[in-house]
Amino acid sequence: MGKSIIEKIWDKHVVYEEEGKPDLLYIDLHLVHEVTSPQAFSGLRMKGRKVRRPDKTFATMDHNVPTDNRSEIQDKVALNQMTTLEKNCHEFGIPLAGIDSPDQGIVHVIGPELGLTLPGKTIVCGDSHTSTHGAFGSIAFGIGTSEVEHVLATQTIWRAKPKTLKIDISGTPNKGVTAKDIILYILSKHGFDFGTGYIIEYCGEAIRSMSMDERMTICNMSIEGGARAGLVSPDETTFSYITGRKFAPKGEELAKAVAEWRELASDDDAVYDKTIEIHAEEIAPMVSWGTNPAMTSRVHERIPYLSDCKNEIERKSLQNALSYMGLTEGQRIDDIHIQHVFIGSCTNSRLEDLRQAAEIVKGKQVHSNVRALVVPGSQQVKKQAEEEGLHRIFTEAGFEWRESGCSMCLSMNNDIVPAGEHCASTSNRNFEGRQGTGARTHLVSPIMAAAAAIYGKITDVSAMMPEEAVK
Amino acid sequence: MSAFTKITEKAAAFDRANVDTDQIIPKQFLKRIEKTGFGRFLFNDWRYSPDGEPNPHFELNRPENAGAKILIANENFGCGSSREHAPWALLDYGFKAIIAPSFADIFYQNSLKNGLLPVTLDAEKVAQLLQKAEHENYELTVDLENESIFDTSGFKAHFSIDPYWKKMLVNGWDEIEITMQLDEYITVYEKAQ
Ligand code: SF4
Repeated sequence: MGKSIIEKIWDKHVVYEEEGKPDLLYIDLHLVHEVTSPQAFSGLRMKGRKVRRPDKTFATMDHNVPTDNRSEIQDKVALNQMTTLEKNCHEFGIPLAGIDSPDQGIVHVIGPELGLTLPGKTIVCGDSHTSTHGAFGSIAFGIGTSEVEHVLATQTIWRAKPKTLKIDISGTPNKGVTAKDIILYILSKHGFDFGTGYIIEYCGEAIRSMSMDERMTICNMSIEGGARAGLVSPDETTFSYITGRKFAPKGEELAKAVAEWRELASDDDAVYDKTIEIHAEEIAPMVSWGTNPAMTSRVHERIPYLSDCKNEIERKSLQNALSYMGLTEGQRIDDIHIQHVFIGSCTNSRLEDLRQAAEIVKGKQVHSNVRALVVPGSQQVKKQAEEEGLHRIFTEAGFEWRESGCSMCLSMNNDIVPAGEHCASTSNRNFEGRQGTGARTHLVSPIMAAAAAIYGKITDVSAMMPEEAVK
Repeated sequence: MSAFTKITEKAAAFDRANVDTDQIIPKQFLKRIEKTGFGRFLFNDWRYSPDGEPNPHFELNRPENAGAKILIANENFGCGSSREHAPWALLDYGFKAIIAPSFADIFYQNSLKNGLLPVTLDAEKVAQLLQKAEHENYELTVDLENESIFDTSGFKAHFSIDPYWKKMLVNGWDEIEITMQLDEYITVYEKAQ
């Protein structure tokens, strides 16, 4: 019987096993940021412990950094977290891409970009969207602060071997359908917990023809379906992305690594605990209308009716969601008016996302009722986008062009959506209060966000695209 | 971490599904660099009205729930962000155990690591408990050693928990200490790379 990539990576990383215990798993890369690490470092200090492998640890600051003026940081509490991270990295010898570094950015954007994220690695970070790195064929998952401390001290983590879930996506996506729409569609169809206890492997035609940026978008939102990790078997697309990256192996070393990575891909006869099949043709541009990412519909559909709910729990959560969102049952999705647009976050802030959005925005104007933001995922993305002139397309249309960070994805800095207002957002979570107290989030793709910015309401972007549209 | 063996405490009904960690502890409170002091921000956006006064309709503000140490909630408790501030806030507020039909995976792990006991019970049993806990001063016993939950008015249920975690909680052990005793295995692994 063949093995899946999940089993192959897992088995290679077990340091210690004992009956009745989870496996002790070795961690190849530990990414650290300012919000979930201070208590871990102080824990180490209290016990007089060291960081076992600073060389396998890499830090940046992203969650609460300002994205407008960085010369003077107003929020003193946030500043304290940033300087605490600097001090901790200095004391424990951990490399840091700080606020002024050309490598700074959202932790899940810079890992791949710097060539730290590689196939076959086990990767953790104190952030649930660590699943993003799975796009490279690695097992990558979010951990809590106690575990951050544990990994810092021991370079290992205790984990029971997860079950495996194969999601096979066949066919070719329709016009206007992006990787974001595919993952939102999976969530809308299978709910917010279909992946609990599993690691997902995304396979099939649609995945194979995707770029790395697109695969990252898909893997990123695995956690929204309850799966800690989601991955894609590496292939030529993966290897060519990695080639030439700052910390990636080079020359002969790279050739040797690529040969090993090829072996990682799941065997044809690998067996999974569960399989889900998706046909890309079923998918249209998607929009979330509720308060969890599974409360999502196709743009031409209507919000469900209360009478369609299967049980009392479902009815109650629909009712709560509608009252929070200020929407009504049966309302048309493309009747939702938008006051804010956010293009950014570790789901959709990479160069391709910005390119695609710019293509829609080009030569048009942001609607007068809308405030629109583009927040590149990293300083590198920002620089490349500026070299291509994308920033000019956005600013001329009326978008704000910002410095890199998490920004309005969780609104820990002052990029906030006011109570009661609607935001078309390319981020990954639409929970109550996520973008500000009372803020109403609609999760969409970058091109759908661009369309909403122009029309001031949810709009089917596919109608705006030429026949030979960019994907 | 203090040991958890058996508690008999007041239980509060919290009949909500999909309670996410953004609600348990909203992000504006994540900028602290300590582990303590999060309790007063627990459920902040639900618990206080916009003027900062306690919202009288919020479950935990009802007088009958004052001092509750056990929380009974509905499915998928703790979904969303991996922030460990969620169990810290629940613990700091005074909770020792959460009972629900299901928990989000990361929240479940984070709770165990901090000595907050997540108890998974089937939905029917949880529904019974939710009803019972509507009454004033409803007390419940959570016996981790015997993996059972009971009250004095006939409710009894068995729950199961991973034996590894049970041992850790019952003894109040520090996981890092245990792993460090396996140092030679880690070193051997590293040498082989
Ligand atoms: S962009 Fe959003 S989801 Fe991604 S790491 Fe930052 S806060 Fe988390």
